[in-house]
Amino acid sequence: MFNKSIKVRKYREKCGVSVIFMSSLFSCIAVALITIFLFKEGLVLFKEVSVKEFLTSTEWFPSSDNPKYGILSFIYATFVVTGLSLLFALPFALSLAIFLAKMCPERLRGIIKGCTEVLQGIPSVIFGLVGIAVVVPAVRALFGGNGYSLLSASIVLSIMIFPTIVNVSEVSIRAVSQSLCDASTALGATKAQTILRVVLPSSFKGIAVGIILALGRAVGETTAVILVGGNAPILPKSLVSMGRTLTMNIVTDMSYAEGTHMQALFASGVLLFIIILALNMVAIYITHRKGSNKYDR
Amino acid sequence: MSENVFEVSNLNLFYGQHKALSDINMDIQSHTITALIGPSGCGKSTFLRTLNRMNDLIDGVRITGSVLFDNKDVYTQTDPLDLRRRVGMVFQKPNPFPSSIYDNVAYAPRLHKRISKSELDNIVEDCLKKASLWDEVKDCLKKSAYSLSGGQQQRLCIARTLAASPEVILMDEPTSALDPLSTTRIENLMDDLKKNYTIVIVTHNMQQASRISDKTGFFFTNQEKSGFLVEYGDTEELFFNPRDKRTEDYITGRFG
Repeated sequence: MFNKSIKVRKYREKCGVSVIFMSSLFSCIAVALITIFLFKEGLVLFKEVSVKEFLTSTEWFPSSDNPKYGILSFIYATFVVTGLSLLFALPFALSLAIFLAKMCPERLRGIIKGCTEVLQGIPSVIFGLVGIAVVVPAVRALFGGNGYSLLSASIVLSIMIFPTIVNVSEVSIRAVSQSLCDASTALGATKAQTILRVVLPSSFKGIAVGIILALGRAVGETTAVILVGGNAPILPKSLVSMGRTLTMNIVTDMSYAEGTHMQALFASGVLLFIIILALNMVAIYITHRKGSNKYDR
Repeated sequence: MSENVFEVSNLNLFYGQHKALSDINMDIQSHTITALIGPSGCGKSTFLRTLNRMNDLIDGVRITGSVLFDNKDVYTQTDPLDLRRRVGMVFQKPNPFPSSIYDNVAYAPRLHKRISKSELDNIVEDCLKKASLWDEVKDCLKKSAYSLSGGQQQRLCIARTLAASPEVILMDEPTSALDPLSTTRIENLMDDLKKNYTIVIVTHNMQQASRISDKTGFFFTNQEKSGFLVEYGDTEELFFNPRDKRTEDYITGRFG
């Protein structure tokens, strides 16, 4: 009687474990297959075009008689747009996260958190459309040019990564123990001093991870930036110039590319993949860094 | 006869509708150790936190009556930031900041003024010596405060409090999370600190109160669950010759 029930339970346990194991195996295999496929398609490019030319030339003439495959303009635009969007979003996102975590009444916090979560779930094409309607004319009016520009793309992106930074940072700021804040207050610190000197350093790890996740999203974002960025395959002269990021280039050219041109697009994909991988590794490094233990208990 | 640092009269404290402290009258003398004892929930800690206005941080707290510190009303005539610098606090659980030992002690001086590196070095060394921690940490001031043991962390918190150059140190059950050896060290330390500071300590440990304090106040709760001061006087008097029956019952362990 008892033996049988134990057998059944052990059998169920085994089933459960194998389901979990298969799921994790599946995700590993998926990553491995994507990596292999991407590198296989992309790396053949370098039989015909040198790595140096690919990465350091701004000449992108894939359809000319003497085709050139230099993606430096796109790398440059990607970094500018990503960096600027972070610069725009970070001060506001951090302020809001601090407000939500440390100062906000509970009910208001619920409402604002709800809004940021909805904002995070809005499809990127919507951000692009709103960008065309609002951001592009505003940039045109304020800074000249035709409005379709790196600046517009950065502004739209900053709004898209804003909720990511807010949500991740807020969680880690809330996790800072109240007893640390009490200690600071009891030493005569103002609320601002407590936040700057105790709360932010203690939640640095979580905030950094939030920033990295946001950067990953910004680097990989395609639809929204293609609608407002201008998409011109040249090295942008200024922030109000039209520009094309790596993702924009892949999407734009993929519809008609073939042969070496196609390989060049896959190679751009490889580069994106490496950037995202590097960002993730930095995030993992920060989370598991030994010295960072000193920031939690 | 030493002067009074705090003069508390007719103090009532409310959490919303609930009256948590009822009609407290208490003078605290300088350069003494005053112990506050009593069962859990009798308002000892709440009372302690009115002295440096830490209750301000809790929503819905209201106070009537007066608390004079240095002959000025704490709630009307004193800036809370200045008050908290002058009336330091050590908490129940050691709560060092997640930074180095040095930065922990340097925290308060850096808050309150611009200060040179050498001056700061002197303050840190001085305060760690006063907290009898210097010999143990002088070679590793840059190490994380969390690398210290619980007892060392609590002495670091005391050093951190001293660095604000307070006149009074409030201690809220400072040894209840520590082992007996660490407790003894902190009790000895308090005896040294008494020369230069006034100490008010909340403790659940009656032996501790009788060992270290000069004055003892016994708090208890009435039917409405408000804390009030049953008896306050010289420690020896209160422990060996209590005037109130409830004090006698409590210190002989008949309840609480």
